[in-house]
Amino acid sequence: MKKIERNNISYYEQRKNIGINEMSNQQIAVQMENITKTFGSVIANKNVDLEIRNGEILSLLGENGSGKTTLMNMLSGIYAPDEGRIFVNGEEVRIKSPRDAYELGIGMVHQHYKLIDVLTATENIILGLDGKLNIKEATAQIKEICDRYGFDVDPNQKVYDMSVSQKQTIEIVKMLYRKAQILILDEPTAVLTPQETDKLFDVLRNMRNDGKAIVIITHKMHEVESLSDRVAVLRSGELIGYLVTKETNATEMTNMMVGKSVSLNITRREPVDPKDRVIVSGINVVSEDGIQKLKDVSFTVRSGEILGIAGISGCGQKELLEAIAGLQPTQSGSIKFVNDDGSEEELLGMSPTQITEKGVKLSFVPEDRLGMGLVGNMDITDNIMLRSFRRGKAPIADRKFSRNLAGEIVDDLQVVTPNLQTPIRRLSGGNVQKVLVGREISTSPKVLMTAYAVRGLDINSSYAIYDQINLQKEKGCAVVYVGEDLDVLLELADRILVLCAGQVSGIVDGRTIDKNTLGMLMTKVGGEKSNE
Amino acid sequence: MNKFRIHIAKRDTMPVAAAWAIRIGAIVLALLLGSLLTLVLTGKNPLSVLLTIVQGAFGTERKIWTTLRDTSVLLMFGLAVAPAFKMRFWNIGAEGQVLMSGLGTAVVMFFLGGKINDGLLIILMLVAAIVCGMLWAFIPAVIKAKWNTNETLSTLMLNYIAAQIVSMFIAWAVPSGSMKMGIINQDTNAGWLPALFGNKHILIIIMALLITAFVFVYIKYGKGGYELTVVGESVKTARYVGIKVEWVIIRTMLISGAICGIIGFLQVAGVEHTISPNTAGGLGFTAVLVAWMAKLNPIVMIFTSMLIVVMSNGAGDVASSLGLNASFSDILTGIILFFLIGCEFFINYKICFSAKNDKISSDVTDSKESESSGGVEENEGGKQS
Repeated sequence: MKKIERNNISYYEQRKNIGINEMSNQQIAVQMENITKTFGSVIANKNVDLEIRNGEILSLLGENGSGKTTLMNMLSGIYAPDEGRIFVNGEEVRIKSPRDAYELGIGMVHQHYKLIDVLTATENIILGLDGKLNIKEATAQIKEICDRYGFDVDPNQKVYDMSVSQKQTIEIVKMLYRKAQILILDEPTAVLTPQETDKLFDVLRNMRNDGKAIVIITHKMHEVESLSDRVAVLRSGELIGYLVTKETNATEMTNMMVGKSVSLNITRREPVDPKDRVIVSGINVVSEDGIQKLKDVSFTVRSGEILGIAGISGCGQKELLEAIAGLQPTQSGSIKFVNDDGSEEELLGMSPTQITEKGVKLSFVPEDRLGMGLVGNMDITDNIMLRSFRRGKAPIADRKFSRNLAGEIVDDLQVVTPNLQTPIRRLSGGNVQKVLVGREISTSPKVLMTAYAVRGLDINSSYAIYDQINLQKEKGCAVVYVGEDLDVLLELADRILVLCAGQVSGIVDGRTIDKNTLGMLMTKVGGEKSNE
Repeated sequence: MNKFRIHIAKRDTMPVAAAWAIRIGAIVLALLLGSLLTLVLTGKNPLSVLLTIVQGAFGTERKIWTTLRDTSVLLMFGLAVAPAFKMRFWNIGAEGQVLMSGLGTAVVMFFLGGKINDGLLIILMLVAAIVCGMLWAFIPAVIKAKWNTNETLSTLMLNYIAAQIVSMFIAWAVPSGSMKMGIINQDTNAGWLPALFGNKHILIIIMALLITAFVFVYIKYGKGGYELTVVGESVKTARYVGIKVEWVIIRTMLISGAICGIIGFLQVAGVEHTISPNTAGGLGFTAVLVAWMAKLNPIVMIFTSMLIVVMSNGAGDVASSLGLNASFSDILTGIILFFLIGCEFFINYKICFSAKNDKISSDVTDSKESESSGGVEENEGGKQS
């Protein structure tokens, strides 16, 4: 069977008018028609018609679970649509595998990079290609691509030596090397600093001016505004419509995405009577592979206040929170919990159970929701029970208590679920996080630590989480908020601790600092300017 | 011309009733295929072969009791491994654990038989059996908990060590060199379990039901069962909520070992009154099948163990009364198991056939309903797993 099936009917005649066509002199690169895809009973995409044009950056906007990634995965050959047709450059095609996609000039940079650590940049780029293996020639070609678009890549560097942004660059160069004309990027800025993001956007603009078609999936409104030419909005798997970026604004896009109007403000009250709650001094953490993850980190968390933690991903946030929670062995230092009466408890070296037994009410919303905070295959009740199954002396667990608490959390936080017996992995990301946050605050904690509490969440869910965090702050809880969206950090946190390569590079006032200074601090080790 | 496309998609969940309908359908299909095979290979009436199997398992009162007893023993083996499996600890060492507890029982019976009060003797035998079973389960558990060794290998290898220890004991205890233990205390019957209600099988059946109830409650309602489920699902989560993972692994395996201890005790003191390297009879491996076919549900395990026992007990009659080789029943068992396990695929996945039509259906959009997909969507991209 031929991979690409030709179709004689001109689809231009058959196409329905699906939005704006003022710029239709631009050549259409991809036309998706009536695409439907279901997973079990979940409809990921329903009758979607999408048009991608050459020489244009198209933003795909939508809440979580609205089907953006699924739609693009069908273009890149990961999934096959249940219904509908795809045309590339006017010809009907059937994309059965990533290889078919690559032969059609479609390349996708996934959220999770698909690189092999022990190979060099060049080796990763030419991996899986046909023809004679000629590393030298390939290297030369890669250099040429890099010069053309202003990439900073050493073709002979091993992937394990690279930073996240370098890895992403390799993924993009890989697509260009394969002569991709249509480039799809799935949340490319999630792991980048503001400076790296700017650099990436410059490159993408260059590529657009080169006549390539670019699709970017993102949640961040300001990125949509600064980068894209056109926006396609998806909601619940359906294409709601197109907007021209120049003619719209964040509020309009959000309303279209959510289907009702949403207020985009986070209230930040002045902390009431802040007292020192947790005093961290001089902690050092060395990982099992001997890498120094935290170096001499000291700071204080105060009651009734949100301490934001900023930093490029992987520069010690996870280790820091886990050290306080008793999950990460530390080499030296001290973590003191201060009770209301001024007495202190040393938490360092204690296990989570010991911390609870000491009466220290410490809650922790970890980064890895379904791998650490919750168990995906268990239902809501059993997940709530993770914190309370020890209740009572009987060898039988007290499910009734957990079931009641689960019911309360579902009601209070408006968790959307068919019932309490649904396995939690079948809830959407936002609802999963509501269950986790709900459980962690149900013990009325003195200290609440959250790591990337809104990562991957849609706008509505994110604001619901911010509200809960603010509520805890007002109740006098000491909140530690590790976040990646600097705009949110600047709106939410009272003080911001900036980490860089496991060291504190600054503790700043969240009300007065600006984003650029914060971005600079994120790349300065211990306040010293780094070479990068 | 329509061209058909086939692709496989994961199902969300299937109603329990539908899932069981598929399983029953699979058994019916298996029986049909088995019948066809019977007809083609032997020329016998397939129905009579099946009837013979049922006759062989339930034909006489004695056969019914034997089938019930064998089911109970196999069931207990399954119950012994189920908690560990639920914890994702691949314990295939029930064989060795039962053998060691059988040895413990035999040793006490052999040396103390007739020297002490019979009641005390039986209690000592039980204690020895349970201690030996737990010890043999403790070894792989502790090296897994401490050094994260592969439990499949360690439990498997301990089976062979157990068999060799039993051989060593026999060689030492039976100086004649026949390598056969013979019936222990044949004259005095010291340490032999009494027949309850005049039936020597009833004790085993009662024990099996008690253990079923215990394992069911422990896993489904107990704190320990909850802990081991969390450990099985995610060690990281378990540590995060302060569950002592090492201790849960050891405790769960000690329970497995104790159940194996009871099996070994019942086999040696109640049935065989002797010990040999074959005392466990390979049931430790069949138990894996019993447990998994029942999805680790102790109640369902009653039926899966009975299915396997009926098929194998019926095999003898197929051989003798129909003049077929006993392996023929194995073939039928194999077909049934293949269908039963294979049908799980259809429960977890659906196969979509879609005709490729050459028309563009533009009217589909008109019937669009605003489907309320609400919040029960899975995370994007998380469906591949």
